[in-house]
Amino acid sequence: MDILIQQVVSGLATGGIYGSVALALVMIYQATDVVNYAQGEMAMFSTYLAWTMLNAGVPYWLAFAATLVVSFVLGVAIERIVIRPVEGAPVLTIVIVCIGLLVILNSVAGWIYSYIQKPFPSPFPPKPIRVGNIYFGAHDIGALAVTLLVLAGLYVFFRFTTLGLAMRAAAQNPVSSRLCGIRVGWMLAIGWGLAALVGAVAGMMVAPIVFLDPNMMAGILIYAFASATLGGFTSPGGAVLGGLIVGVIENLAGTYVHFIGTELKLTVALALILIVLLVRPSGLFGRAAIHRV
Amino acid sequence: MALLEVKDLEAQYGWTKVLHGVSFDVEEGGITTILGANGAGKTTTLRAVCGMVKTRGGVRFDGRSIAGRATEDVVRLGIAHVPEGRGTFVNLTVEENLRLGAYARSRGGSLAEDLQTAYKYFPVLAERRAQLAGTLSGGEQQMLAVARGLMLRPRLLLLDEPSLGLAPLVVREIFRIVRTINQEQRVSVLLVEQNAAMALRLADRAYLMETGRVVMSGSAAELREHDTVRRAYLGY
Repeated sequence: MDILIQQVVSGLATGGIYGSVALALVMIYQATDVVNYAQGEMAMFSTYLAWTMLNAGVPYWLAFAATLVVSFVLGVAIERIVIRPVEGAPVLTIVIVCIGLLVILNSVAGWIYSYIQKPFPSPFPPKPIRVGNIYFGAHDIGALAVTLLVLAGLYVFFRFTTLGLAMRAAAQNPVSSRLCGIRVGWMLAIGWGLAALVGAVAGMMVAPIVFLDPNMMAGILIYAFASATLGGFTSPGGAVLGGLIVGVIENLAGTYVHFIGTELKLTVALALILIVLLVRPSGLFGRAAIHRV
Repeated sequence: MALLEVKDLEAQYGWTKVLHGVSFDVEEGGITTILGANGAGKTTTLRAVCGMVKTRGGVRFDGRSIAGRATEDVVRLGIAHVPEGRGTFVNLTVEENLRLGAYARSRGGSLAEDLQTAYKYFPVLAERRAQLAGTLSGGEQQMLAVARGLMLRPRLLLLDEPSLGLAPLVVREIFRIVRTINQEQRVSVLLVEQNAAMALRLADRAYLMETGRVVMSGSAAELREHDTVRRAYLGY
């Protein structure tokens, strides 16, 4: 029983990270109908920026905040410079641009920082937290708390601010949004910025677990795809919940199904994608997209 | 001087020219209507005024040229465009739709007050304020579209086929409210309609379009009496 609870909590912690990246994917998908394959590499790059600042002696939370700001600006810049010119192009064109971005960010990170794994610090104490007889990793609890805090912040932003409302409107109905005076192009750019910010949080929270290297987000991105597919690519809340479910399933399958172990964990995510697409393509909370032709 | 002056307006979609030099005026405080059959270029004319299609020619609003400006900037000058098909944000609530209408308004004032005004004209929207706009009936969505335009505190309201697909009783109700708004809020109205009988009863000036040209203009009363209009558009 103790092991079960431990595994569930640690699953929720990594699941929160998957959910964040999944949310970043869904935010961009809803606004532009494009899956941003470079989302993981953008997060990885942000994490390297944080690492650089930490190495220069900047206190953790200051570096954390600065990374969020820089990531937001970079996300906006990427949309304006790289994505904007192909806006309205066929989906395949945009997908290829995103994949190009992925490769470029990956090699630039490797060129600047090398491909050798680096340890990345956790802001939380190494001592486990004891509740009754059960021990929880402090980083697990802390990462889950940070993730949930960021998600709550985003929820409040989109739900209760005028800018958040305008961004939702621009994603849903660009033509009507322009008639309301909303600058749709900038709303999309801000969406990319926010997605980059959420990804940066995920990167900094996962780096202490997986270590920092240019390929660290490859696996995470697959889990994020599984999460977004499970929750529904049209449902931000579903993506987060999908992330938590995937995190827990991954941990439980690894612990209790012996032939899976740690080696086949990633396969679980891929199998999950396949099953969801076969059984319920719109995901648990998604709406089926209906296009009138 | 007219509030909106359109001169020799041309527009095209791709290679196909749909407006061949359209000219008309909208007087401050009045209701002007553009009539015409399907495909005459009425909707394109409204879209051209708002910078939604590529155009050539003169568009002046309040004496200033607005030709070639981006839609978002035209809206900011106080031109509210209620598009054909209503442009409802179906996944947002009724009240969120209305708040979006006020997003770009340049003239100040409290949002709560304007919501009250909108709900006064359209009480059914007040009942449904927390409902998703996509769940409204066609008539209610048209009311929402007009109310959303009103939230801008516009000087000019462009209405594109508000009668489309609605029951006659609902259309009459909406036209009655548009008249009230025109009088009480001193908003000038440019109405584009296929339903010529209803539009001529509401408007004080009218233009008739055929295949991308204005072929007749005058007071609404004059057009109502005109033989050609009567036979072709009023059906008696």
